[in-house]
Amino acid sequence: MAEIVTMPKLGFDMAEGTLVRWVINEGENVAKGAVLAEIETDKATVEVESAFEGVLLRHLVQEGTPVPINDPIAVIGQPGESVDQGILPGKKGDAEKPKETGKPGGDGKPGEEAVSSTATSEPISIQPPETPVASAPGEAPHASPLARSMAAELGIDLRAVKGSGPAGRITRKDIEAYQQKAPQALKPEVAPEKAPLPPVAQVKGFIRETRKVPLPRLRAAIGRRMAESMQQAPHFYVTHTYDVDALLDLRTEFNSLLGEQDKLSLNDFIVKAVALTLIEYPNLNASLDLKNSSLVYHGEINIGVAVAVENGLLTVVSRNSDQKPMRQISSELKMMVNRAREGKVRPEDIEGSTFTVSNMGMYDVDQFTAIINPPEAAILAIGSAMQVPVVVDGEIKVGTRMKATLSVDHRISDGAEGARFLQGLAKFIEHPVRLLI
Amino acid sequence: MPGITLREAISQALWEEMERDPNVFIMGEEVGVWGGSYAVTKGFYDHFGPERVKDTPIAEATIVGAAIGAALTGLRPVAELMTINFAFSAFEHIVNQAAKLHYMFAGQMTVPLVIRTVSGGGRQLAATHSQTPDVVFAHFPGLKVVAPGTPEDAKGLLKTAIRIDDPVLFIESATLYQLRGEVPEGETLIPIGKSKIQRPGTDVTIVTYSKMLEISMKAANQLSQEGIEVEIVDLRTLRPLDMEPVLESFKKTNRAVIVEEGWRSYGVGAEVAARIYEQAFDYVDAPIGRVAQKEVPLPYNQTLEQLALPQVDDVIKAVKEVL
Repeated sequence: MAEIVTMPKLGFDMAEGTLVRWVINEGENVAKGAVLAEIETDKATVEVESAFEGVLLRHLVQEGTPVPINDPIAVIGQPGESVDQGILPGKKGDAEKPKETGKPGGDGKPGEEAVSSTATSEPISIQPPETPVASAPGEAPHASPLARSMAAELGIDLRAVKGSGPAGRITRKDIEAYQQKAPQALKPEVAPEKAPLPPVAQVKGFIRETRKVPLPRLRAAIGRRMAESMQQAPHFYVTHTYDVDALLDLRTEFNSLLGEQDKLSLNDFIVKAVALTLIEYPNLNASLDLKNSSLVYHGEINIGVAVAVENGLLTVVSRNSDQKPMRQISSELKMMVNRAREGKVRPEDIEGSTFTVSNMGMYDVDQFTAIINPPEAAILAIGSAMQVPVVVDGEIKVGTRMKATLSVDHRISDGAEGARFLQGLAKFIEHPVRLLI
Repeated sequence: MPGITLREAISQALWEEMERDPNVFIMGEEVGVWGGSYAVTKGFYDHFGPERVKDTPIAEATIVGAAIGAALTGLRPVAELMTINFAFSAFEHIVNQAAKLHYMFAGQMTVPLVIRTVSGGGRQLAATHSQTPDVVFAHFPGLKVVAPGTPEDAKGLLKTAIRIDDPVLFIESATLYQLRGEVPEGETLIPIGKSKIQRPGTDVTIVTYSKMLEISMKAANQLSQEGIEVEIVDLRTLRPLDMEPVLESFKKTNRAVIVEEGWRSYGVGAEVAARIYEQAFDYVDAPIGRVAQKEVPLPYNQTLEQLALPQVDDVIKAVKEVL
């Protein structure tokens, strides 16, 4: 009996996912737990594992198709088993289009199409090679590289040219024939009747093409959440400057004892310090539950760490950071950051943060403000640690300072509390031995 | 037909270089008393004596190994391997020693060695003695691989090969020794690493070398009667590969067929086509065609052997396919 694989729900707010790549092709064996496909959700690209064993009989969706959760995406069964159309529930839209039947205007290799469709039980019609026709509107013209470069040089629209080569390919001959037939069209600079105006300065040189590309899903998701946050949560900001000389010394001492793989970053210390500070400030480790007119004080202190990835950013989550030693925080974050950068992040890596740290220290920034990651109460934006002149006992000396700006949801907390939190954080940052007791 | 045979051209080149430079000597199986398996060195033993015309055991690794040693001491050996199929027995010496000694030891030594050998099929010598593995050797930097297709080129390139300080694998085609052609009087020296247009044309570029030059010429003459003018570029040297005349011709014709006697996979056609696509993409008007040996160990049976080797008709068909 064939089994139906459906689009999994990979997060509480996931409504649909885009099937970006089939890892197992039709006709291939599938082991239980094998990766079937890669799915892009609002947050990340994740791998879908098979719960069944057998042969992948059919892909029900093509790569690049968005699929609502729980809709069927593939059929797995026994070798040779035909797919009973009756077992496919609620088929709709793209998800159930039969395999494409030869590409009109392409150079239609019937053999290849036929092979890839042997697993289907539906008849496949193959279009015979077409007689030379000009390309249909919206269709990319089929032309040789030479024809393309000639057309570009002569300002000819290839869609207007009929191709006489194999499968209607436009070649040099066709461009030359077209040029002979329609010479007027190629000479826009017809001499004007009246005396010509003096020529205007022409912009020479290379002008980059204006491009329009579909909004990547991650970009769209970030946009939606950040707009929601800025519109709904009244933000206020508090900035504090920290003396980080002691922290940097301690880090140097730590790292002299640790291997290259295990070295701690400044951010690892900050995550730990923030987590310990939050114990005393439960208001900033809370969420607003507007539906029930209540505040949720989270039992866990889970620090989200913003990570820049291709096309946007993700927040990976260091769980119960207040209770973990820094080396564990560090190694867990490293693994999650690597997965995020490779597009292989797991749902649990990015779920459940209660407070977020966004650190741009590596980019030489004095300070910046961050947008709260809803439904959290606050976010801490960390600037670069810099050597600056400081006044110590009436004298100017060189010290290392780092600015941090807290953004707080005013519906949950107030300025005084934000400022006290930053003072509290200083206890750990400026006396980092506290991080160890 | 006037001119001299390719056999005579090679013989002349060897003779002239041995007369010119006492450091030049030849060694190989049957090159001395017998006068060479292909009669190239007939009369050499009597004229130059056993010191400079050395008969060797049937041991290719020894022949090449000894020749490398002699070259390192400053002599200029011309070692002969009866066919390129036996070069596999000397493969280590050719690609790992001759090709690399100069580089491995900071240029302290040079290897002015020429290995003459015979490639190609078509004489019913069966699968192990009929191969055209030219590209296998052309794969290795440090070794020059020369394979002429005319008597003039054979003479001029062999003389240059003997005079330069790099190791050269000089590949002759067994079925070209009788080919006649004009060779200019007097000193003939042709630089290694220069392709040459052997026949001008306007419609399609054929890129080829060695025995397949002869086949391509015949195909071109037949096509000409149908009004198709083929331009033929003879590579003459597989390493270093000179693409300039190929690209120049291709930019004119926009269509190419590459003809080689060896197998298609990973062959000369693959390399030349890739370079055309890389360096002249905007001039491509049709997919580049390749003519090569069928991918089988070459059959002994004469009919099957001829069927597996590239023939004039195969070239004509390939040219028409890209038109």
